Amino acid sequence: MSDTGIGASVRRKEDFRFLTGQGTYTDDINRPGQLHAYILRSPHAHARIKSIDVSAAAKASGVVAIFTGKDLAADNVGGLPCGWQIHSKDGSPMVEPPHPALAVDRVRHVGDQVAIVIADSKSEARDAAELIGVDYEPLKAVVASVDALKKGAPQLHDSAPGNLCYDWHIGDKAQVDAAFAKAAHVTKLDIVNNRLIPNAMEPRAAIGEFDRATGEYTLYTTSQNPHVIRLLMGAFVLHIPEHKLRVVAPDVGGGFGSKIFHYAEEAILTWAAGKLKKPIKWTCERSESFLSDAHGRDHVTHAELALDKEGKFLALRVSTIASMGAYLSTFAPSVPTYLYATLLAGTYTTPAIYCEVKAAFTNTVPVDAYRGAGRPEATYILERIVDQAARETKLDQADIRRRNFIPKDAYPYQTPVALQYDSGDYHTTLDKALEAADYSGFEARRQEAARRGKLRGIGLATYIEACGIAPSAVAGALGARAGLYETGEIRVHPTGSVTVFTGTHSHGQGHETTFAQLVAERLGIPIENIEVSHGDTNKIPFGMGTYGSRSLAVGGSAIVKALDKVVNKGKKIAAHLLEASEADIEFKDGKFAVAGTDRAKTFGEIALTAYVPHNYPIEELEPGLDETAFYDPKNFTFPSGAHVAEIEIDRDTGTVELVNFTACDDFGRIINPLIVEGQVHGGLVQGIGQALLEGCVYDDAGQLITGSYMDYCMPRANNVPSFTVSTNVTLCTHNPLGVKGCGEAGAIGAPAAVMNAVASALAPLGVGHIDMPATAERVWRVLNAQNMPQAAE
Amino acid sequence: MSTAVKMTVNGKAASGTVEARTLLVQFLRETLGLTGTHVGCDTSQCGACVVEVDGRSVKSCTMLAVQAEGAKVITIEGLANGELHPMQAAFRENHGLQCGFCTPGMVMSAIDLVKHNKDPSETEIREWLEGNICRCTGYHNIVKSIKAGAAAMRGATK
Repeated sequence: MSDTGIGASVRRKEDFRFLTGQGTYTDDINRPGQLHAYILRSPHAHARIKSIDVSAAAKASGVVAIFTGKDLAADNVGGLPCGWQIHSKDGSPMVEPPHPALAVDRVRHVGDQVAIVIADSKSEARDAAELIGVDYEPLKAVVASVDALKKGAPQLHDSAPGNLCYDWHIGDKAQVDAAFAKAAHVTKLDIVNNRLIPNAMEPRAAIGEFDRATGEYTLYTTSQNPHVIRLLMGAFVLHIPEHKLRVVAPDVGGGFGSKIFHYAEEAILTWAAGKLKKPIKWTCERSESFLSDAHGRDHVTHAELALDKEGKFLALRVSTIASMGAYLSTFAPSVPTYLYATLLAGTYTTPAIYCEVKAAFTNTVPVDAYRGAGRPEATYILERIVDQAARETKLDQADIRRRNFIPKDAYPYQTPVALQYDSGDYHTTLDKALEAADYSGFEARRQEAARRGKLRGIGLATYIEACGIAPSAVAGALGARAGLYETGEIRVHPTGSVTVFTGTHSHGQGHETTFAQLVAERLGIPIENIEVSHGDTNKIPFGMGTYGSRSLAVGGSAIVKALDKVVNKGKKIAAHLLEASEADIEFKDGKFAVAGTDRAKTFGEIALTAYVPHNYPIEELEPGLDETAFYDPKNFTFPSGAHVAEIEIDRDTGTVELVNFTACDDFGRIINPLIVEGQVHGGLVQGIGQALLEGCVYDDAGQLITGSYMDYCMPRANNVPSFTVSTNVTLCTHNPLGVKGCGEAGAIGAPAAVMNAVASALAPLGVGHIDMPATAERVWRVLNAQNMPQAAE
Repeated sequence: MSTAVKMTVNGKAASGTVEARTLLVQFLRETLGLTGTHVGCDTSQCGACVVEVDGRSVKSCTMLAVQAEGAKVITIEGLANGELHPMQAAFRENHGLQCGFCTPGMVMSAIDLVKHNKDPSETEIREWLEGNICRCTGYHNIVKSIKAGAAAMRGATK
């Protein structure tokens, strides 16, 4: 292993600019002659718009233009498209209600866009927006998905009777029913997966620009996938062909899923820039982010697990109601279906699984993928019900899992819910996690805590995820309206330095370093000679961006394929220069050598020859050394892991303190251990946040109660401990690097581990399941609602 | 109503005309073009905008530009002197940043901590960071970075 190649903890190339304040985020960009926009949003969760009077605002200082939904409609601007179509049990397609970029005659959630004010300065735009008179006729709102599906609920969309988007299912119901009929034990659980607000630290922002000379539009935007935005916005909303539309996602300050989607503001800004022939900038305020960034999770589920008398799982039955919010966000329908129910086998051999999901429209912000996207929801249900089953059947938490693990020699393993796992080693992963967490020493720690008056609990969770969503044909058959390949271009320059162009996007993941390591390793050149470029559709090849822990498994594989092409072409050039047969040329450590001799050409010499082809096989070979590859994965990748949480509850206050957290994960081959550990840490705290701190709360009228950092509890440094993380590697069998992906693992395993620890602490007091977040108030109420024994022991 | 303001920013005289309501962070970003200081919220919670004003770390979204009249302000751009400040270097060495958005505020806040407490414990670091939110790192490596940065600063100031 070299100190910059695969497996090395290379310090990140991107850090210098971020540490010195020289990153370029969208709001840091200012275009000549730029105007500023403010979006007027609905204060009502549900209302008819009777009229909008912009006359006073239009006369306000600095105002250049005000546009409403009618202006967009008059210009034939389309609604925001949905990128995934689910079919209901009866074969009918899901309901896709119109999703106008600016509301036309009705608003459906607090924060719904009503008008855009464009002025010389941001403060003038904002001041003028206060002068717009919107005559609303408030309508009854429905907030909870369960309520939305009830008879008599307020109706959001004419096209969606009963507020139902789809009623979907997967698995063999009859087989599951038969298994339950012969079960020795059945565990049942009602469970809520709390709605979350993603909260990337950089608020969304956009700049629309129109070039009169070329007729080209440019959109700078806080996006995880600029090509996807270009395609959706160009083809479906604004009808601008790709060659006249450039989308740039520069440095992006975190995404976690929330910046995958095509948002209304992107289309409005781009369209308005074309109308006014001036650049227009919009930057979201954090309060607006709460009301307009897609939220995550929000499931209500009933689950039942059937076991035989040995504690083997016979069948799992799950029924879920998922909120879509007021409209379908870009990939929303896929999250509670194919990204969720297909994961319900987890790490176990459960032979029969059936899951049905109803998706409901509610008067809330649209819900879509958030770190983990469906997989945390599946893991939470499965690991909570397994935890509960162990308690009911008096089995040890580790033991019940070991009895049901898919054995190491069973791969490829076909689950009853569509997926085929390629590799894994769940026993070893769990053993390593338990050893690192000193699982066997827990009882002594519990007794010691009890002497201090604390309730101590330990919780395990194992998980499986499906990452690098693929192959395109399979995803297409399941409803995806996009390809799921990735692209990589290796442009070798004449003097031997390299620029990598990737269709993925880095917004914290460190691709500029990890991808450079792949190139340094393969081409044997210094990592300083490699630059990774991403984010600008005018530079990079068409790619799908970054989400679902796909960048290395799919994007990295495309880069490897392109590197293969570079090396193969280099061999042809070397064979010519060295007057040898191509078959005899070996490429190693940056040199093309004739096997068994000391005759060799360096990579730099070959690069120069490719671009200065004086002595060159020009009849057989084109000049240049610039190769592009598309990689369409053969299967998902299946990272897995075992997480162990240990908590203490203060009986007087109900405060849950996370005292230890241990994770052992299988991400396949690790390229940069430092970066991988960082990804795990970050995911863990998002998962711990979901379990203990975070929860989106609306009141019955649809007003967002948790609309700022004073009300929505983001994890702070003093809410969490340092972590113990390790890996247990089994290689992915179907991609060239053997990598699986690591971005979401922490957020998938942690909620279940933490809540199982809470359950462990409270079970001796007779407390059953409590829902996330396990805030001090919620735990205190549970402790005080029941006639609790006062001694913990 | 516009008001003229003057201050010293990163050792250089800086002036401009601002509205009474202009925040220090807006003056830094929009008037002076010092976009390393970030705005992550509108309720003074996130700390992405922390700068040093007259020797103290301040959330520049919570101070009006006119209140900084005559002050000495240091932003993230003013820290590195040819090479990275020891705290910046420690963040790089320990992978204390991912997307980089909260990073300038974290670094500025960490330096102020070490001014008050040359050898902070993990608990003291975590308590100090109550006003700085990071969504990427889970704080683990930020805490590690600040420990290492404090040690380097002790060495550097010996």
